[in-house]
Formats: sequence, C-alpha cells, structure tokens
Amino acid sequence: MNKLSIKHVVAGFVAAGVSLGSLAACSSESPDTAGPDTGESSESASAPAEEVTITWWHNATSGPLPAVWEKVAQDFEAANPGVKVEQTGYQNEELQRTLIPNALASGDAPDLFQVWPGGEIRDQVANGYLMALDDAIPDTIASVGATVNPWQVDGKTYGVPFTFGIEGFWYNKDLFEQAGITTPPTTLAELNDAVTKLKAINVTPIAVGAGEKWPAAHWWYQFALHSCSPETLTTGAAEFDFSDPCWVDAGTDLVDFIATEPFQDGFLGTPAQTGAGSSAGMLANGQAAMELMGHWNAGVVGGLTPDEEVPEFLGWFPFPAIEGAAGDANAALGGGDGFGCSADAPPQCADLLAYIMSEEVQKEFAASGSGIPTVPGAQSALEDPNLQMVAEGLSKASFVQLWLDTEYGTTVGNAMNEGIVNLFAGNGTPEDIVKRMQDAAATL
Amino acid sequence: MHGKARTRLEIVLFVAPALILFIGFVIVPVVLAAVYSFFNLPAGFRWEMLNPERFVGWNNYTRAFSTPEFRKAIANTFFILFASLLVQGPLAVGIALLLNRRMRGRGILRLLIFVPYVLAEVIAGLTWKLLLQPNGGVNAIVDALGLGFLHRNWLADPKLALYTIFFILTWKYIGFAILLMLAGLQGVPHELGEAAAIDGASWWQTQRYVTLPLLAPTIRIWAFLSIIGSLQVFDMVWVTVAPTLRQMSTETMATYMVQQGQFAGQPGYGSAIAVILFFISLTIALGYQRLALRRDLAGSVTRGVR
Repeated sequence: MNKLSIKHVVAGFVAAGVSLGSLAACSSESPDTAGPDTGESSESASAPAEEVTITWWHNATSGPLPAVWEKVAQDFEAANPGVKVEQTGYQNEELQRTLIPNALASGDAPDLFQVWPGGEIRDQVANGYLMALDDAIPDTIASVGATVNPWQVDGKTYGVPFTFGIEGFWYNKDLFEQAGITTPPTTLAELNDAVTKLKAINVTPIAVGAGEKWPAAHWWYQFALHSCSPETLTTGAAEFDFSDPCWVDAGTDLVDFIATEPFQDGFLGTPAQTGAGSSAGMLANGQAAMELMGHWNAGVVGGLTPDEEVPEFLGWFPFPAIEGAAGDANAALGGGDGFGCSADAPPQCADLLAYIMSEEVQKEFAASGSGIPTVPGAQSALEDPNLQMVAEGLSKASFVQLWLDTEYGTTVGNAMNEGIVNLFAGNGTPEDIVKRMQDAAATL
Repeated sequence: MHGKARTRLEIVLFVAPALILFIGFVIVPVVLAAVYSFFNLPAGFRWEMLNPERFVGWNNYTRAFSTPEFRKAIANTFFILFASLLVQGPLAVGIALLLNRRMRGRGILRLLIFVPYVLAEVIAGLTWKLLLQPNGGVNAIVDALGLGFLHRNWLADPKLALYTIFFILTWKYIGFAILLMLAGLQGVPHELGEAAAIDGASWWQTQRYVTLPLLAPTIRIWAFLSIIGSLQVFDMVWVTVAPTLRQMSTETMATYMVQQGQFAGQPGYGSAIAVILFFISLTIALGYQRLALRRDLAGSVTRGVR
C-alpha cells in the first residue's frame, strides 16, 4: 500500500472516530457543557472546506469495468467528504477522437480523463491542457515503473497508465484441436499452415474487423514490427523517417498473406467489437478460429457469448515471427489506458488518480478481468488465465512498441490507416502506405 | 415619440434577435472557416495559432484537388445528385399520378409512402444497416424466395455500396417527392383534363400535354430541394457504411470533410473542404435559381433577372 492510500484510510478513520465521538456525545446523559461543545467540534471537523465536483471520463462501457469505476468513485466520495465524483463512460474511439479533443479545445474539459500516449499527449501538453503530476503524486508514478514512459513528455509525467497490455492472437482451442493444430504458430509459415488446416474443416481461420480501420491497420503494424529492427522503429517514431525498405516489405508480406484468403467473407464491412456479426462475435460463437486483437479482447468476447462468460475455449498466443526479417521475433505491439488531469482541475483530481492507482483498486481491476494492471503488486490478483498469458507475454517481450497510430499521432496515423485499408481492399500498394505517411508527416 | 423613429425602433427590436443569431451562427462560422482554411492547424487548436508560421496560403486547396479521395468524394456526391433527379423524379411523378386517381385505399397508400420520410435519417440508416448485413433480413428473404443469385454483401462490397446507399436514400426521400407532386396535382384544374378528353385526347396525352406542364413549377422546386439535399448527404453514409467501406466507395464531400477535419486532426484542411463544398453548393443553387426557378420565384430573390 502506498503512502497516499494510507493517508486516505487514516483520514477515513479520523472521520469515523469524530462521528463516533459526536454520537457518544449525543447519547450522553449530561446535557450541560459537553454536548454542545462536541457537537460543534465535530461539525467543524467533518464539514468540508468546500464542495468540489470532479468530472471523470473513461472508456468503460461494457463488461465488468464500469462497475469497478463506479465503486471507485463511490469509495473516493465516502473517504473524502465534500468531494463529488461524476464518472461517465464513453465509447473509446468517440471519447478519444471527438469528445476529449472538443472538450479541451472549448476550454471546458473534464477534470480526470483518459489520456492516450504518443502523438496525442504531445499535442495536449504543447497546448498546455494537461497537469504535470510529478510533484503531486510521485509515489504513484514510481509504482508503475517504466510503463509510465509513454505518458511522459520532456521528462514530466502527464498521465498514469492503469492498464497496459500487448496484442496477440485470441484463438479457439477446440477448433485448433479439430483442425489438428497441436501447438500455436510461432512463425509466419506455421500461421499459414494453420490457416490451411482450419479452412479444411470449413472454419473461417481468422476474423478481422476491417470495417473499422484500426483492426485492419494492426495487421500491418505487426508485420512492420516484425520486419523492422527496433532501431528503425524508434527512428521512425522520433523523426517520421520511413525510408528503410523494411516498411515496404511489411506491406508486401501482408499482401501475400491476404492473398491466401485467411479472413472471413466481406471483411471490409465487418465491425470489430460490437454485435454477433463483429469479428469478436465470430470468435465468441465459434465461426472463426482466430482474431488478432489487443489485451482487452477476452472481456469483449465474453460479453458477446449467450451466457456473457469468457468462453472456456479461448486461448492466446503472441504474433508469430517473420523468418529472415530484421524484426525482433520477441517484439510486441501494445498499448495501455491511462488517466491524466486537465491543467485547471482541482488538486483532488490527482488524489483520485492516486486512489485509482492504489494497489487495492488495481487488484480489484485485475480481479474483475478487465485488463492487466500496471502496479506489479496487483498482478497476482489476475484470475483470468487469458490475461495471465498476456501478462506473461508482456514480461517476455524484448521490445514493446506502442500502437503505431497512437505513436505517430492523429494526422500521420490516419493517413497510414487509410493506406493500409486500401491495401486490404486490393487497391493500394505497399509503397503507397509509406508515401501517405511521409506526405502526412510533411504537413505537420 | 415620432412615427418614423418609432417605426425604426420597432424594426430594430424585431429584427435584431434574428439578425444576431444569423450573424453569430451562420455568417461568422462561414467567415472563420474561410480563415482557418489558409492555416495548417493541429486538432484542438487555439486562437494564437493563427500566426504567420502556420499560414500556408492556398496549400490546403491545391492539396484537396490533387487528392484522389476528395475527387472521388465529389464524384460520389454528384452521382447521388443526378441519380436522385433521374430516378426519384420520374418515379415520384408516376406514383403521384396513380395516387391522384380515385381508388380504394388511396389514403392508406399515401400514408404508407410517406412513412420513411418521417423517420429520422440515422434510425432509417441503422435499420437498413441491420437488414443489409451479410446474414441479415434482405439476404434471408432473397434466399427464401429462391433468388440465391441475388445474395450480396450489400454494404460491404465496394462495387455495390454506393448503389445500396442510393437505394436507401431513394426509399427515404421518395415519399417527400410524391407528397410534393400530389400537392402540385391538386392545383391542376380538372376542367382542363375533361376538356382534353372531350377533344379526344387519351389519358397518356392528357398527362403529357396538360398535367405535366402545369406540374412543372412543383417539379422544379422539388428538384431544387433534392439537389441541395444531395450535396449535403452525410448522416445516411456515416451511420450505415463501415468506415473502411466509406473510404473505399461511398465517401461524400460532407463525410470527407468531417473525416479529415475532425478525425484526421486537420481542422485547416477540413475547413478548406468546407469552403469548397460551400462554393459548389452556392454556385449550383444560384445557377439553378437563375436558370430554372426564375419564373417560379419572380418578385422575390431573382427580381431583376431578365
């Protein structure tokens, strides 16, 4: 337990003690001096200095997470009299692309909100929208270690991730067994082999929610990650230098892979995460054997089954290596969710953030199966075997690359995703993706 | 108070609220968009960023016209515009002529045809989106009727999606066109038709040489509304088609503007698109008014046109 949560607990005890004392005073038989005095002192002690309302926007709209955040808000209110927490969950892309940018630009931002690392946090800091948290909650920041790095700009911390995970294949163990695939693929050749075997038993080998652009784009990110060396990736992110041939190779390999027709019919119109017809839904009801998706997918798939439980057959394996490419075979692509405070938020905002990041809340978060907590002490509370596998994959990863669209920021990210989607539709070229990225970077 | 001053005061009092709203919410945003369009701005920009460093002149405009996606968006918008005129117009006139005859259940038919127009565009779009899923209602009906060869991925086939969207738009707006035509037909005197019949004109000839010419003002007004509506198509495309498919084949000028200005984080470029859209709409609207509507609107906007 860190210092701040101790402080909250102590504060809770003090408040409880005072109210007990005043109760005792009221019930005391002597009506003379003691009664009014204690009453007065308890009133001044428990009376809030000022009423503060903290608005909190997050991306939890389904699964167990909304309940966790609701409880956090209630507990924080209970421990801090006079502080009111108004928490609201919004659909992730809506929140990221529309609600938060507009709220920040209009000067009427929520106090605590989801902060995305990479390009977006850099822009927000440059505009002075975010509060530097280093002085307010140093212990909380220290508690998550290097995971906080993507939320730092010029050495200062503007957000703290409460979850971080990596992407991999979520797959149906039963279907793999039926198709005679004994071990999850570790190389691209083995993945191609698995696709062939799954087709033989009339199952869609891989579901992809290409109707939304990002799930398709993640395929290219993975190919780029495994084609390009970590140094090339780092240079790409820092200087928007995409001249290395590996960026084109990634697209070429992906074209070859798409040509084997591993995806479901009409994948260009398939949504990713909502409804039975989505790629997650296809995995949930056994129509598809695999889906490449982030660490949150177990919860999404669970929400799409008839009994709303994470299915028994669900397994996870990391993206396979590409033989003979410069990319690190153990590199992983991932991202996390973090919260930050707006520049003019009340100081209680940082306290709430510290409470969210306390080991106790992190353990609740982990136990709910919503994701992988960032505080190491809380990881023992992970009950979900799938999340345990992702957490293990994360700890084994030699190099973790942030989602490329997040890393490069909205403008370059959007241009990149448009190019990738064209490639999926069969009317783009690997070179075109790189050219779009360079052109977009030139407009910055 | 003197009469003249009083009249002026009254004018000011009554006009001011509307004028302030109009200037504040129409004129100022249009001017601001024009200003933004000359700058390269990040998402969530602030006023101070409109500085010489970020001034890019006509770059956003040249970029727009040299971008294949935007040219495609213009082409798609004009496809919807012309297809609406050529398909919905004749269809609406035909159905209105039929519904204008005495027959059993005419009231119910008129009501049913108008129902889609009453639905909110987003609701209509989402409903069709569900019906047109690969294993949705439309394909199920097609299969059940033994027309399996018509089984299509209506919204996820890049070659088909724009036509599907056009079908949904027609389904939604034909009711409005029919209603307008029916109203126009009420203004066509029966006596003329009877006179023509006495002179030996067939029903077809009566419609062609009597009814249609008298219906022309209504048709011209409907065409004007349809053109304006086509230039603005946004909701139907945005909610019905998945983002990927939209980029592939159904992007309209309005969806492209929102995608680039808002979701690609380039308000300056998005504003340039908005200005282009504004001028295209303005040119077409004014041109149409001068060429086609001047007789109908004589005395109001186009006075002085000879």
